[in-house]
This record gives sequence, structure tokens and C-alpha cells, in this order.
Amino acid sequence: MLEIKGLTATIDDKEILRGIDLTVPDGEIHAIMGPNGAGKSTLSYVLSGREGYEVTGGSVTFNGRDLLAIEPEERAAAGLFLAFQYPVELPGVGNANFIRTALNAVRRARGEKELDAVAFLKEARAAIKLLHMPDDMLKRNVNVGFSGGEKKRNEILQMALLKPSLALLDETDSGLDIDALKIVADGVNALRGPDFSALVITHYQRLLDHIVPDRVHVLAAGRIVRSGGPELALELEARGYAGLEAA
Amino acid sequence: MNAGDFLDRIDLAALPGAVSRRARAAARFRATGWPTRADEAWHYTDLNARLKSFDLALPAEAGSVAGLIPETDLPRIVFVNGRFAEDLSTKMPGLGCYASDAALTEGRDQPMVALNAALAQDGAVLDIAESVDAGTVLLVSIAHAAHQAAIAPRHRIRLGAGAALTLIEIARGEGEYLHNPVVEIALGEGAVLRHYRLQDEAMAAVHVATIFADLASGARYDSFTLNCGARLSRNETHATLAGAKADVHLNAAQLLTGSQHGDITTIVAHDAPNCASRQTVKSVLSGAARGVFQGRIEVARIAQKTDGYQMNQALLLSPDAEIDSKPELEIFADDVKCSHGATIGALDPEQVFYLRSRGIPEAEARAMLIRAFLDEALEPVTDATAHRLFEDAIDAWWRKGVL
Amino acid sequence: MPAVTETIETIDRLAGGGYKFGFETNIEMEFAPKGLNEDIVRLISAKKGEPEWLLEWRLKAYRAWLTMEDPHWARIHHPKIDYQDLHYYAAPKRPAPKSLDDVDPELISMYDKLGIPLNERAALAGVAVDAVFDSVSVATTFRESLAKVGVIFCSISEAVREHPDLVRKYLGSVVPAGDNYFAALNSAVFSDGSFVFIPRGVRCPMELSTYFRINARNTGQFERTLIIAEEGASVSYLEGCTAPMRDENQLHAAVVELVALDEASIKYSTVQNWYPGDAQGRGGIYNFVTKRGACRGRNSKISWTQVETGSAITWKYPSCILQGEGSTGEFYSVALTNNFQQADTGTKMIHLAPNTTSTIISKGISAGHSNNTYRGLVRIMPRAHGARNFTQCDSLLIGDQCGAHTVPYIESRNQSAKVEHEATTSKIAEDQLFYCRSRGLSEEDAVGLIVNGFCRDVLKELPMEFAVEAQKLLAVSLEGSVG
Repeated sequence: MLEIKGLTATIDDKEILRGIDLTVPDGEIHAIMGPNGAGKSTLSYVLSGREGYEVTGGSVTFNGRDLLAIEPEERAAAGLFLAFQYPVELPGVGNANFIRTALNAVRRARGEKELDAVAFLKEARAAIKLLHMPDDMLKRNVNVGFSGGEKKRNEILQMALLKPSLALLDETDSGLDIDALKIVADGVNALRGPDFSALVITHYQRLLDHIVPDRVHVLAAGRIVRSGGPELALELEARGYAGLEAA
Repeated sequence: MNAGDFLDRIDLAALPGAVSRRARAAARFRATGWPTRADEAWHYTDLNARLKSFDLALPAEAGSVAGLIPETDLPRIVFVNGRFAEDLSTKMPGLGCYASDAALTEGRDQPMVALNAALAQDGAVLDIAESVDAGTVLLVSIAHAAHQAAIAPRHRIRLGAGAALTLIEIARGEGEYLHNPVVEIALGEGAVLRHYRLQDEAMAAVHVATIFADLASGARYDSFTLNCGARLSRNETHATLAGAKADVHLNAAQLLTGSQHGDITTIVAHDAPNCASRQTVKSVLSGAARGVFQGRIEVARIAQKTDGYQMNQALLLSPDAEIDSKPELEIFADDVKCSHGATIGALDPEQVFYLRSRGIPEAEARAMLIRAFLDEALEPVTDATAHRLFEDAIDAWWRKGVL
Repeated sequence: MPAVTETIETIDRLAGGGYKFGFETNIEMEFAPKGLNEDIVRLISAKKGEPEWLLEWRLKAYRAWLTMEDPHWARIHHPKIDYQDLHYYAAPKRPAPKSLDDVDPELISMYDKLGIPLNERAALAGVAVDAVFDSVSVATTFRESLAKVGVIFCSISEAVREHPDLVRKYLGSVVPAGDNYFAALNSAVFSDGSFVFIPRGVRCPMELSTYFRINARNTGQFERTLIIAEEGASVSYLEGCTAPMRDENQLHAAVVELVALDEASIKYSTVQNWYPGDAQGRGGIYNFVTKRGACRGRNSKISWTQVETGSAITWKYPSCILQGEGSTGEFYSVALTNNFQQADTGTKMIHLAPNTTSTIISKGISAGHSNNTYRGLVRIMPRAHGARNFTQCDSLLIGDQCGAHTVPYIESRNQSAKVEHEATTSKIAEDQLFYCRSRGLSEEDAVGLIVNGFCRDVLKELPMEFAVEAQKLLAVSLEGSVG
């Protein structure tokens, strides 16, 4: 369970998050929607521990642990996964090697046995098939020369293999065609269950047609200004974000 | 110590081999002394400053060096303190030694090459006959119990037309000494030499290696040097493309930390048309280490259709590290394609964060990115044994706590 | 020369041959005796009525020069220069003009021929010109309108008299008298040059321009330019140079110092078209120039743009010392060499302060039997956190008897700095030439077009009138190099 209380954060002394209160219980998928500049990406970076974001107040607990006190890799080992809006390219780093290194680091941290290369490849190939991705995805360098859609699918592949208990999807739908969008949604839905929860950050409603959220929250000017069921997303799609800041 | 003083104390005439040649080389070296920064070729590496406190002499007898020789099944030639160690070497036909060979190239005027010619006693002489594939050979040069000694092996590698050889050269040692090898390489038409070099000297040592590679037409010289040992090191390679369609690949990487100073210098002379040269040089610098890269591509008027490429990149891992880079082009032919590039920076924090967000601890994430950074330079290394040696050396570097 | 826009056609008739500015002007001149010694230095200082401190400064520079050797590191070759066989002072005999109306009509007509009308009514609007003829400034236009906003634009001799405190404060503060062999020589014997002072907060309302002309035989030209932009001030300054055609070589050793305080910006553009020598390599100017700018203030900016087509030998490295936090240095250069010309030119970007940025774009074109070298230094010092440099050096070879060389020195001592350097060498592609010719262009025009395209990134940095001039100059300078 993720519990965010009164979270405030700044970038270069500029306040971006102005008191976020949000709880995502196990097994639930919540969506965060909001206009550009509302603080959606900042929230995902603060949760995953990126440098340059100063938390000035509030708390975040994740399965009872103080999330803000631990390093990014410890957050991953604890079960948090961020699907980046703009995944970075890693020239010279093979995708298979990268994912296996990550998987084994996480397994080590959790006290699980590491996977050897053969066992890993078997799992990875199965995941690739499930996600309708080309086989050479594992052989290429991480995200190097990937199209926008391939990069997003590579994020979902990593998620499928790392099996997080909480996924943050930061505008994973941006730049995707409808086929890719379905693949991404299938990847998330495949993980759905009592031990998996997700925070889907998006600007548009269309991803939520495929990943139906339990709750929808509207983030505007650094605060959650409204929360509701899936119908709230449709309402926003119809009426836009105008006027929400005042709400 | 003054360069002349040091030579005065050595009875050059007592060394084996041609006396007059030693005397001439000694005179050439005396005329210049240790290179200083006033010498443009040594703009960033002050050898004089490092060596003047050395009380140089010829090395004494070595003890047991078995632990310094890597374990492989490959045939090997071992030199200890500049002398051929027959008992440690594999019996090989065609292997001679320097002193008995009067035909070594003179007229190389670099001071450190002259010093080598004055002092060299032994060296590998490999003559591979026409069309013979000689497989892989290990060439190990070790300094042992050689306190402030000058060790100067001189190797000569000749490949006949169409011949092939993979040579893995390792320099290692213990203590404080000057290791000053010279390797002269002549490749016949269509010959292929893969030359993999690991400079893994003791941390107090000074290593100055000079390699001359002359290529006939259609010959190919693929080399990779990993520079990670020695307090001060310089690897200077002169590749001369003397015949058409020759091809040279001069890659290098250096991993330095503490107060190490490492210098990779290359001079590629395109003296014939339709040749290609490729260079990728990477420096990873931690602590207060200082890396130097100087690379010059020279294209003679006759060398039309030259394709010359050079890339050098440096990663600075700490606030006190320094890189100096001087990539040069000297072009006298018009129908050429020559380029060089240089980049200097730190590890990209975005990349480090991406890896950490996937659960990879920071030190491991940095190591992964650095290893990936080096990858392109290691590309010519196709031999499995060489590859393993380099991977081991890179792994050992992480253990120095550089991350 | 902004005002020289239409020069090429007009001078063509007068000069004939490749170099369009090679005519000589007959003016009665006054020379100092040949040779250099302390008495000559004293004579120059006395002629200009200088204060004691400046004479002492010159003498100190002269004594330093005596102990120095001329530099050997550049890729240039020339017979030893006999410094005792030169005049160090040459000036028109008529007394210094009090106003433009007093300027010798012969001089006015020479500048007219060069396309530099000194008559303000005829001048290009928006450009003030200081005309330096051999050793002295002969005219400065638009002084009054500039004075109204507080801008001082005059000859440096005049500045020594009228604004001694400013000169004393800044002269030699960027290029010290003993900086290098040629700077020391210049400091000892400099005769004239331009002085610009832009006071705090003023954007100079027009382009400032100096036009240098060497005319007299066996005479060295040693001008000194000093430009100061106070806090928040900005100025764009243009410099042009020509000389008559002569068989013997002539020495030109100038020093330019720029100082930019907080938030100030100085844009310095040069079209250097000194006589390059003839097709056999006879004659031409030896151009040994020290140009350096100090970005002293926060967020200050100094931008050098140069188009170097003239001179038998060019030796110059306009540099930026980035001392102020967040300051910016730029160097945009086209260097074209033909026949037997030699150019060794580039820049130094010294990053001393945090968040400093520098950009270097260099385009070298070699033709004929010439040699063209880019030589540059980028140095990031330990305090320069977050510094950035980008360098692009491209060389183009025309014909197989010339040389193109690139010698960058890149030094970084700060982990957080980012340095990128790229260099390429190539020739004009046959298919590009063929494409142009199949559209009806002559081979020469096609080459000119392609060369201009190659230089576009630099030419676009020039003020517009200069850019047009520079384009034509490139084409003219390439004459005879094709086919």
C-alpha cells in the first residue's frame, strides 16, 4: 500500500507539489490526470527518488516503509517500478544484460536466488512473446535507436520481468499508436491481482479505456483537486481541465 | 638523475651485441636527455620530472616471477628484467633475440627509442613466413626485484605476405622501475597482425612503450591497448601505411586512479592511397589521475582516398581528475575523408538514475555504464584469451574502490 | 568593411588582377628612421605627446621584447624578419585634421576608392568609421552623435590625451605588454588604433568600424585597439584591412583588447584582406596579431567573427578569458588560403568561472599551394563547474597541392564540465559540382557557391553588409584555384 501525506516538493526552489494526499491500496489501480505543468511527472520522480527534487514536507510510506528515506535502487527492490515518460538511451549496454542485472540485483536484495543466463532468457523470451515484441529487442542496446513506441514497450517488458508490487506509469501512452497502446495495457492488466497496484499518470482518457482504474484523481497546480471513480475520467475528457484549479 | 650521468655509470661495451650501435644510440639519447614538456611531442607528459629522482641502473637478478605470468595454454615468450627467460618460455622455432640481430632499424630518433637501443639486451624476434597462420602467442615482459632499474626489451615482429598472428603482450612487475620496451613490426602484403597489449605495471613504475608498425599493401594491423598500471605511462604507436589498401585499427583504453598519469599517443601516417585508419580511445579517470591523448593522422600528398577516423572520449569520475587531449589532422591530399571527435564529461546522471530505478545499486550502475563506455574500444579484441585478460583487468580496477 | 559592399566591381577597374585593393596612394609622408631602439620608442611617444607613464610602459615592453624569441610552434615558414630594416612610424605630413573637412583630399579619395566614404553624408547610415592610414588615425566619423549617448569612439592616441584614466586602467590589462613576442613589439611601438568605450547600460546605437590601410613601403603597422563595455553595455565592432600590392613582405603586428563587464556584450567582426602576395608567393603582409577578450563580468559575452582571406602569413588566435560566472565566448572563423598563403589561426577559450560557455566554429579552405592550420585551445579550470564547450572545425581542400591541418588542445580539469569537439576534412564532392554545373553554373561559380555554403554557419554571424562583402571576397580569393 502506498500512502502519500501532505507531500510538498520543489525544483530549484520552485514549489511544484503543494501538499499531495493520496492512498493506493494493494490490488488497486489509480489514475492521475491533470493539465500540463500540474506536477504529474514531478510526483513520479519524487516517488522514485530522482535527484534534483527537494522534498520540503510530508511523508510517503510504501508497505510500511519510509519511501523517501531510501535510495532509488532500494525503492526498486522494495517493489516500486517507474515506467519513464522519456526512457534514457544506454549506448553499449545490452538490453538482456541490463534487465538480468537489474532482476538479479532486485532478487538479491529480496533474499531470492539469482537467475542464471539460461533461466533468465527463458523468462524474458516468454515475456517478449506475451507482449508481441520482436525477439531482437533483447539483443539491442538499451533504448538505443528504439522508436518512441519501442521504448515504451521496453519499459513494459522490464516491468513484466521485474514484477513490481507498485508500478508508476508516467504518460506511458504518449506517442503510442493504438496497437502499441493495447500491448502496453495488456502488459499492465496481466500483472493485475491482489498484490499489484499501479498509479497511471496520463493526460488523456484513452489509456483508461484499456486499463480501467479503480479511482481517478485530478492533479492541478500541485494538489489533488478531485477524486472519483472511472466516470471522472470521461467527464474530464468531455469538459477539459478548465476551472479545476479553482476547485 | 641527469640522463647523461645515468648512462655514464653503465658499461655499454660490456652488454652483448653491436657496440658501435649502442654507442650511437647512447649519443643520440644524451643529446636530448629525458623528454620535457618543451618538446611538443611530450606537451602533456613530463617524463623528466618523474625520472629525475630515479637513481637508474641496470637491473639485478630477479627472483621467482611465476605469479605474474597469466595462466593460459598459449605458447609464450617471457622476458624478465629485459632478459629472455628461456625456462619460462615455450620452445618456438624462429625465435631469436635482439643482441644477435644486427639488422634492427636505426634512424628512429625519439629519445626513448634511442635509450632503448642503447640498453636493449634481448627481445622477441618473431618471423612468420609467408601465408602461415601462427595462431596466438603470449609475450610477457616482467620487472622483478628491479629497484629503479631501466628495463629495455626490444621486440621485432615480421609477418610475410599473407601471414597472420595474434600477439598478446603483457607488461607487469613489482616495485619502482622504468620499463621502456620498443616493438618494431613489419607486415608484408596482406598480412594480418592482431596485437593486444595490457599495461599492468606496478603502481610505482614508469612505463614508456614505443611501437612502430609498418604496413605493406593490403596488410592489416588491429591493436588494442589497455593502460591501467604504472605511476606514469606512455604508449606511443607509430603506424605507417606504406602500401595501398592497408588498414589499421589503433584502439586503446585507460583506467587510471590515484595520482596515475597515463598517456596514449598515436601517429598514423597515410603514405599510400586507399588506406583506412580507425582509432577509438577511451579514458576513465578517477582520484587525481591525469589522462592524456595525443593522436595525429598524417595524410601525404600521394595518399588519395584516405579514410581516417579517430574518436577519443574521456569520463571524469572525480573532481580532481584531469584529461588533456590533442587530436591532430595533417592533410596534404584533397580526396580524403578524415575526421576526429573528442568528448569529455562525467557519467550521465540520467543514465545512472535509470539503472538505479531498476534496482541496480549505484556502484554497480556506474560500473555498468563505464564498461559500456569502454565497449567500443574493445571491439578489435576478437581473441577469447585476450578478451578474458582485459575483462579481468577491468574487474580488478573496480576493486580499487574507484567508484 | 560595411561600406565596401560594392567595392569589388568598382576597384576591379582600378587594380586589375586578383587583388582588388592593391593600388598605392601618393601622399607626402613623414617617416621615423629605419630600425628599432629606445630612441625610436621615445620618438613615437613624443610624436604623440604621450604622458610619462605610457613612455615607461612602452620602454618596459621594448626591453621585454629584446629578451624574447619569435615563436616557432606555428605551422608557418618565412625568412627571418629583419626588425632593423623597417620604419616604425609613418604618417601623412599634413598636420592632424581637426575635423573631417580638414582631411587630405587625396586620403578621402583613397578611402572612396576602397568604398569607405569618410564624408558622413555619403556614408552608410548607422556605421561610424575610424580610418587608420599607416601609423595614424586620419578620420573618425559620427563622433558627435555617438558622444550624445556617452559612447567614446576615437583613435587611441586621442584617447590617451582625452581619457587618460580609462586608457591607463585598461591598456595591457588583457594582453600584458610582455604577453608574447609580437604583443611586446606592438606595446613598444604601437602608433595608433581605435578606442571604444561604451558606458554602463548603453547599447551602442550604430555599428562601429575601423578601416586599416597599410600604404607606405618598408613600414610596419602596429595598431592597438581597446574596447571597453561597461555593465549592461553592448557594441558591435567591425574591422577591415587592405594594403597595396608590393613585392616585398610587410609586417603587421596588432593587439586588440576587449573588456566586458557584468551583462555586457561585445561583438567583434573582422574581414581581413591584407595583400596576400602574388600567385608565385612574392610579397604580401605578415600578419601577426594578438586579439584577446576578457569576459570579466557575470553573464558577459564576447563574440569574435573573422573572415581571413588576405595576408601572406596569418598568425592570430582571438581568444576569450571567461572570468565572469555565466559568461560566454564565441569564435566563428573562415580562413581561406590560396597560392602560397599560410594561415595558422584559431582561438583560445579559457574557462575560469562556473557555468561559462564557449562555441568554436572554424571553417578552413585551402587552395593552390597554401597551408591552412586551425590551432585552438579549450581549457576548463577546476573552478569552472558546469562549463560547456562545443567545437566544430571543418576543412575543405581544393586541389592536391595544398594542406589542411587541425591542431586542437583540449584540457579539462572539472568533472562537471562538458566538452565536445568535432573536426572533418573533405573536398568538394564531384556530384555537388556536377549538379551545379548541370544547372548552368561555371565551375568557378559552382565552387564559390559551395564554399559559401560551407562557410554559412560563420557568415551568418557577420553583420549583413559585411556578410555580402565577405561572400564576394571568398569568390575573388579563390580565383585561379579551380580547373
